[in-house]
Amino acid sequence: MDLAFVVLIQVLYAVASLVIVSAGLAVIFGMMKVINLAHGEFMMLGAYAVIAALKLGINLWIAIFVVAPIAVGVVGVVLERLVIRRLYGRMVDTMLATWGLSLLLVGIVTSVAGNTTAGVSAPLGSFSVGAYSVSGYTLVIIAVAVALALAIRFVLTRTQLGLIARGTMQKPDMANALGISPSRVYSVTFAVGAALSGLAGGLLAPLTGVVPTMGAAFVAKAFITVIGGGPAILAGLLGASGLFGAINQLATFATTPVLGEVALLVAAIVMLRLLPQGITGRFFKGSL
Amino acid sequence: MNRFAKSWASAAVSLAVGIALLFGLPGVMDDYTLIEVTIYAVMSILGVSLAFIWGFGGILCFGQAAFFGLGSYTYAIAVMNMGDSTVPFLLAIVVPALFAALLGYVIFYGRLSDVYMGVITLTVTLILFNLVNSTAGPEWRIGSAPLGGFNGIPAIPTLNWPGQQDEVLTPKDLFYVTFTCLLLVYLGLRVLIASKIGRVIVAAKENEQRVLLLGYDARVYKLFSFTLGGAIAGLAGCLFANWGAFTSPTIFGLAQSAQIIIWVIVGGLGTLVGPIVGCVAIQWLTSQIGTQQAFNANLVLGAILVVFVLLVPRGIVPTLGDLIDMAWRRWRKAPAHAPKVAMPAAAPTEPPRALAATETAP
Repeated sequence: MDLAFVVLIQVLYAVASLVIVSAGLAVIFGMMKVINLAHGEFMMLGAYAVIAALKLGINLWIAIFVVAPIAVGVVGVVLERLVIRRLYGRMVDTMLATWGLSLLLVGIVTSVAGNTTAGVSAPLGSFSVGAYSVSGYTLVIIAVAVALALAIRFVLTRTQLGLIARGTMQKPDMANALGISPSRVYSVTFAVGAALSGLAGGLLAPLTGVVPTMGAAFVAKAFITVIGGGPAILAGLLGASGLFGAINQLATFATTPVLGEVALLVAAIVMLRLLPQGITGRFFKGSL
Repeated sequence: MNRFAKSWASAAVSLAVGIALLFGLPGVMDDYTLIEVTIYAVMSILGVSLAFIWGFGGILCFGQAAFFGLGSYTYAIAVMNMGDSTVPFLLAIVVPALFAALLGYVIFYGRLSDVYMGVITLTVTLILFNLVNSTAGPEWRIGSAPLGGFNGIPAIPTLNWPGQQDEVLTPKDLFYVTFTCLLLVYLGLRVLIASKIGRVIVAAKENEQRVLLLGYDARVYKLFSFTLGGAIAGLAGCLFANWGAFTSPTIFGLAQSAQIIIWVIVGGLGTLVGPIVGCVAIQWLTSQIGTQQAFNANLVLGAILVVFVLLVPRGIVPTLGDLIDMAWRRWRKAPAHAPKVAMPAAAPTEPPRALAATETAP
């Protein structure tokens, strides 16, 4: 019974971390159809922002929930203005340019911070369930994932901002005619996506070593999740995270973490063969 | 000259230069430099493999390093088990080709778009990297070959003459073999592209719908070019394992994949020579960067990639070709006394943009 509970927590945790890791990418890809290959590096910047903030004596929770998203959001705005804005509508070029940006960011951070692993210790300690112990931070990750999903839904459906953003993405010319500046909307959307990536990096900083190349470890999972999810941002994100996270975690239990990742990938490729448009391309059509 | 004639002229020049280098370089270079040139040739083969499937097949593969690494590991594992290198050499081409065929089947028959294709191939590379990277323990071995995990496989037996296991190739022999492979791959692809199959491949890149309406199954042609690209990358991987008698998971890595893309972008998408030029230039640059501390190699590579995508999207070789073309026309058409206004007449020579990317705009 205890084991079942622990396994459940671990599966929920795997799903939640996929949601967190992919949310920023899902917003940028889902809304703007921009494949941001620098996503992993945005997360890396978020993690470094947390470390820098801790060095300045800022509280860990403020560093994670405030400093990291804002810092990376600002970086996102700058990069959008300088590079990405010139490439809208050219998906492949955007992919290449953002990949260049990801290498550039890795290079800059390596030059500044060195190629060493920095670490943040996980807060909150752990509690025990029967003979097993569960880290309290695991529960924070799960809670944040739920909050994030609710927040995305709320912003997109219930606020003026979400309405304007969705309208602009569907018909930029029409939005422009109604007096909305599409370029500003793109800019803000990209910044929000970047900030979410930064938040993800900050949240994961206590769980993984922080190195300039850490982005590569997450980028594959994030992409597979977003692509597997399909066109609907939120439903796709949750559906694909649920499916892949569970498969990953269960395969990890049965074998090793690396084979868990392989299982995730194989599941994703098989699924894309069956549902080329992703989960929400066939089911939950028209949802968010 | 029309474009077709020009393309054969350029091919002939490239081949002539290649053959001259093949026979000339060992005469003028010491063994150490020759070994350096050999790795450039190995990487050029890899670059050409992507240049073919991307520039001519329109298949954006972000994970060409996967086939490179597979070829390298296949050769290493097979040769350690078999001793003689002939069959492992062939296996290093066949195994990546089969893997490419399997992956390509899922992608093309699932009708996934360019962008998904890029993401999936990238993911496959990363997963292979993780997989191989985690095989460090002594329990991970295939036959008598330990996989070595992140340490890689050292002391790989290098190529020997077919059937004569003791006649191992010298570094100079390996240079000849590698360079000949490069020339053969170049020539083979050139002929293939000019053939009917090649024209369908290029046509499918330009407009898949139209090719379907003409009665060709574009998926088959795409699968074929993807598989061929995988085979060539596998060949490069095998030669790479021979070059250093060593292979490690980093050749599956993201950095390796990124480099191949950068060679093609810098050299010129839609040409076969361009990526060779790009490869040599970038490899040389990276080794120069490696000798100093001020700049990180990633920083420079990233900056180059961004700058080329934004400012020189056609790459070095086509841009240079245009300049030469323009100069040639000016020299021929405009005698010394002609006013400069005559110049714009050369403008319509602008060939179709090589980067198919622009056509995917919604």
